Amino acid sequence: MDILQLIVSGLANGCVYGLIALGFVLIYKATEAVNFAQGDFMMLGAFITLGFTNADHMGLPFWLSVILAIGIMGILGYLLDMIVLRRMFGQSQVAVVILTIALGFVIRFIAGLIWGHEPQSLESPLSGLELRFGGLVLGMDEVWVIIVTVALTALLYVFFARTKLGIGMQASSQNQLAAYYMGIPVKRIHSMIWALSGVVAAIAGILFASKGSIDPTAGLLGIKAFAAAVIGGFGSLPGALLGGIIVGLVEPFAARYMPAGYSQIFPYLILVVMLVVRPHGILSQIQTKKV
Amino acid sequence: MRIVFKTSYDADIRLFKHKAQAFWYLLLFALAILLPFLISDFLIGEATLVLIWAICGMGLMVLVGQTGQASLGHAAFMAVGAYSNVLYQEHFSMPFLLSFPLAGLTAGVAGALIAMPITKLHGIYLAIATLAISVLAEDLIVIMEPLTGGVSGLFAPDIEIFGFVFNRYGNPVELYWLVLFITFLIVYLYRNMLRSPIGRSFAAVRDSEVSAKAMGINVARTKMVAFAISCFITGLGGALMGHFATIFTNETFNLIMSITLLLIIVVGGLGTIHGAFFGAIVFVMLPLVISLTRDALTVFADSGSVTIPGLESGLFGIILIGFILFEPMGIYGRWLKIRTYFELFPFYRKDMFRRQKSYLKTERTR
Repeated sequence: MDILQLIVSGLANGCVYGLIALGFVLIYKATEAVNFAQGDFMMLGAFITLGFTNADHMGLPFWLSVILAIGIMGILGYLLDMIVLRRMFGQSQVAVVILTIALGFVIRFIAGLIWGHEPQSLESPLSGLELRFGGLVLGMDEVWVIIVTVALTALLYVFFARTKLGIGMQASSQNQLAAYYMGIPVKRIHSMIWALSGVVAAIAGILFASKGSIDPTAGLLGIKAFAAAVIGGFGSLPGALLGGIIVGLVEPFAARYMPAGYSQIFPYLILVVMLVVRPHGILSQIQTKKV
Repeated sequence: MRIVFKTSYDADIRLFKHKAQAFWYLLLFALAILLPFLISDFLIGEATLVLIWAICGMGLMVLVGQTGQASLGHAAFMAVGAYSNVLYQEHFSMPFLLSFPLAGLTAGVAGALIAMPITKLHGIYLAIATLAISVLAEDLIVIMEPLTGGVSGLFAPDIEIFGFVFNRYGNPVELYWLVLFITFLIVYLYRNMLRSPIGRSFAAVRDSEVSAKAMGINVARTKMVAFAISCFITGLGGALMGHFATIFTNETFNLIMSITLLLIIVVGGLGTIHGAFFGAIVFVMLPLVISLTRDALTVFADSGSVTIPGLESGLFGIILIGFILFEPMGIYGRWLKIRTYFELFPFYRKDMFRRQKSYLKTERTR
């Protein structure tokens, strides 16, 4: 039973990593850039919800503030691409990486300015409830995290594989110029994918905050999500979830069976080993490389 | 505008393009030596810090600016330099003159070893791998507690050369001169490296791996050498940083520091030695400017001191975004543009420094 408990909490954690990784992968899939500020996006989404919901801030009903937060993060993502990232069009990938890192710094600063640096917890109706199966006690929040993550991944997968817009997004990533010639509005598609990843980040943030407390440095969780995205294969949506679950499952078991201090290095160790052995992940999308 | 008529290959790779350039750089160096007579001891301490950051920045510049390989994990190699320097002095009672270069070498070897598997990676994958290394290094320092002192850190003794002691507080001016001398040596080494075959192959790998390969350059080995040299210089900077900070822990060389280092060279200007110095100046002066502004505001508004936590990193992030969007060539690039404007006056054109745009194709299905 103990092990089952570990597995469930690991799964729930892993799903949050997977959701952040999903944000990376979405942007990577459509724009071939990596958003190093995705973790900070998640933190911002969580804080916006917290700011609307919590009694000592605005005290709105939870579900209303969830919708508001998701909407705001979507608009924010769209505007961010339109105002900032569109200027980077046609510049090197590394420049975008540095830009998004700087963006992360700024978001952390702004969040600290508005909501302070103390850890706060979201007053959500999900926390505190429990489900019991025999001896197994599941937190309602953990169950919700798992359900929402799986549903969202499936939805996004279908969106990319089936809908016209999703395929257009993939095309604009594979060859910007060719996609443009085919009549795909590449710039608008980029903005839309940033909006989408803002929405995903908001959902991840809400789920993360309902599981525990958050503070402006929570965005550094994004590094673990990198491990998830790389393990699963950058560019693959189910891969991101798979990687997230692997990282999430490894953590509690390492914490339990390894001496103190060793457990926290495991996600990164897996990441480095993965990069050395199979850089393109489990669900690889790389095909033969020609000059 | 001066036109240099080159008649031989030697003229092309000369350290200074022409006599006037040599004159200005020598004047700058003389000014740097005389600086302690011009400003206060506190500012000399800040100037020393600028030089140390510039050394670390030059280390990263070899990798990012010259070879075009992004690294988000260079604080790890600063840590290797700082820790090994102090450990050599403590455990083998080596003098500073020996432990300092050895610390650099240790960091260089560490860099080469790490580079071997990861130089196969490109662009963002390399960035992520180095990011992981930075995080791992932080935890490894804690795990290797018997050696590194863990979270309580390590105390760096004063630098001692032939019985003469350099201390940050005791004799800041002498310490400044020592660091200035080391900086000069590294700049000289850097310049010479750039005009040697290895420096040229760095540039070739940066500009196009495919054509570098076609020209007969061993790309994997070149990248490894770039990592080794880069980590060597960064390790030296880290060792100096250790002495300057006097006490350092796993927290000193964290991920934020790695990223800061990258931000320094981007703000300064990628691919130039000047860039490392400009970036270091901006980074060190920023807290000073902030505190001065705060003091001025307190006097002006008479409202008690206002402290905003995280203001420095937030402001630095904003500055960086501004530079990437509006001046991707950094401070040095802006200076070049201004200089060219006046040299060519009235013939300067807006698009003279325009960069070629490249449209992205996926890395996944190539």
